[in-house]
Amino acid sequence: MTDSNRTGFGNTAARLLTIGGLISAVASAFAWTAGWLDPTRLTPQRLIDQVEHNIGVHAGYRRAHAKGMCVTGYFEGNGQASAYSRASVFTAERIPVLGRFATANGNPHSTDDSVPVRSLALRFDLPDGQQWRTAMNAIAVAPFATPQTFYDQAVASRPDPATGKPDPAVMQAFFDAHPDTLPFRTWIKSFTPSSSWANGTYNGLDAFRLLNAQGNSQAVRWSMVSELPYAPLADTDKTDPDFLHRDLQRRLNQGELRFHLILTLAAASDPTNNATLAWPAERQQIDAGTLVLQQAISQDEGACRDVNYDPTILPDGIATSDDPLLGARSAVYSESFNRRTFENASASTSTRP
Amino acid sequence: MKSPATHYFHPLARSLHWSMAVLIIAMLFIGVGMVASVSPHHAWLVALHKPLGIALLGLAMLRLIVRLTHSTPPLPTDLPGWQKLAAKLSHYLLYVLMFAQPLVGWAMLSAGGYPIMLGSSLQLPPLLAQNIQSYALLRPTHTWLAYLFFATILVHAAAGLFHGLIRRDGVFTSMTGSRH
Repeated sequence: MTDSNRTGFGNTAARLLTIGGLISAVASAFAWTAGWLDPTRLTPQRLIDQVEHNIGVHAGYRRAHAKGMCVTGYFEGNGQASAYSRASVFTAERIPVLGRFATANGNPHSTDDSVPVRSLALRFDLPDGQQWRTAMNAIAVAPFATPQTFYDQAVASRPDPATGKPDPAVMQAFFDAHPDTLPFRTWIKSFTPSSSWANGTYNGLDAFRLLNAQGNSQAVRWSMVSELPYAPLADTDKTDPDFLHRDLQRRLNQGELRFHLILTLAAASDPTNNATLAWPAERQQIDAGTLVLQQAISQDEGACRDVNYDPTILPDGIATSDDPLLGARSAVYSESFNRRTFENASASTSTRP
Repeated sequence: MKSPATHYFHPLARSLHWSMAVLIIAMLFIGVGMVASVSPHHAWLVALHKPLGIALLGLAMLRLIVRLTHSTPPLPTDLPGWQKLAAKLSHYLLYVLMFAQPLVGWAMLSAGGYPIMLGSSLQLPPLLAQNIQSYALLRPTHTWLAYLFFATILVHAAAGLFHGLIRRDGVFTSMTGSRH
């Protein structure tokens, strides 16, 4: 049967069904890959939808750490990390830095003391056009080990319509079911935030890998440590809802702020896939260089507004580890960036006369 | 022997067609998969998406040159007019998308202020200056072009199979190169 004129009706129907079946199968595989067929799959979109459900949509702002301030300055390496990483950021060279201090509240109109956790995000602009972006927090360990725990926490902390607050019984059940939240909950009980963004210690939390010129890999975590001594937040500081912002502006009007980039090198036994677990305090540390902040600009005016501080944007010589938070942070930050840039663009179009 | 040239696409055109078919479909799956994933696969899918997109842009240029410099087999004379028109328009659309999709992706990353890394150190220059107004337009465009691309490929594949299995008029074999 090679002549189509002699193909019977039933045979043609079978062939048409074959074609339809093949095309449907490929289309279904595409829909499955895109996450359209499984409403329970954790995607960046669903994760941010849940955050928006809890705290509302603040159009044009970051979905987390929404209130903050841009800072500019430079980083100067000292060569001490160059044996471990070939990244040019570690050589003794001045590199421009665009950063952002923030509080870990998704509401951009919150008061500066509304949450104890603060952050420092940095973008290093390397001379060869490569970039290093890092988003660090002033906490000792990550509050969760996986994106699923973060999502489950967002679901559990949905405000109860009766009280406007999360249901304590639901939260307890969540904590019981997620032991990876325990190290952070234990740590934060004895934590008092510092009195200023300027005297905090900001930790990258996630593990990364340093790659040197020979291609050797060394697991690492990093911190940005202020030269100023820690001072605890006092009740008198909290009278101004923007005290962190005003304090930072005042300090930078008087002079530069200096931080040290401290690299902590892992031993073979240290976990790189769980950012809730601290590494032993005796691990080797390297002071890799100095961050000098010179100017603060409001986040509405400053260039940091349009930067997605995706921690997986790394220069040659620094690479991601098997930490499951890294891919999730990259995906979720991108989704947040896409939403807020879209809102910003729509708003500026609609307000145009 | 002049006749085979009129029944079959040039071997270079055929190999470009099938290798790009595999790569483009893979890219569309990688793209929709990576933006919907919070798994550890996300990072390496993104790292794969960018160099593969640029490779496809290069292949699209080569393919356009091959298409313009070689004759192609004519469609069967008994093919209804609307099917001839649909074939012509869908092929134009596929060519436009083969160029537009990687260029929009490249422009989108540029407008978003992202470094365009094709590997750990290989970097492309930005196509345009950072501008989040442009990013806000280009980012959803990249997604909708992907859906349009995928839908057009499905229609193209269905039509090809219709020629190969139902009409059996030599259109399908002109691209596979087999003699029935």
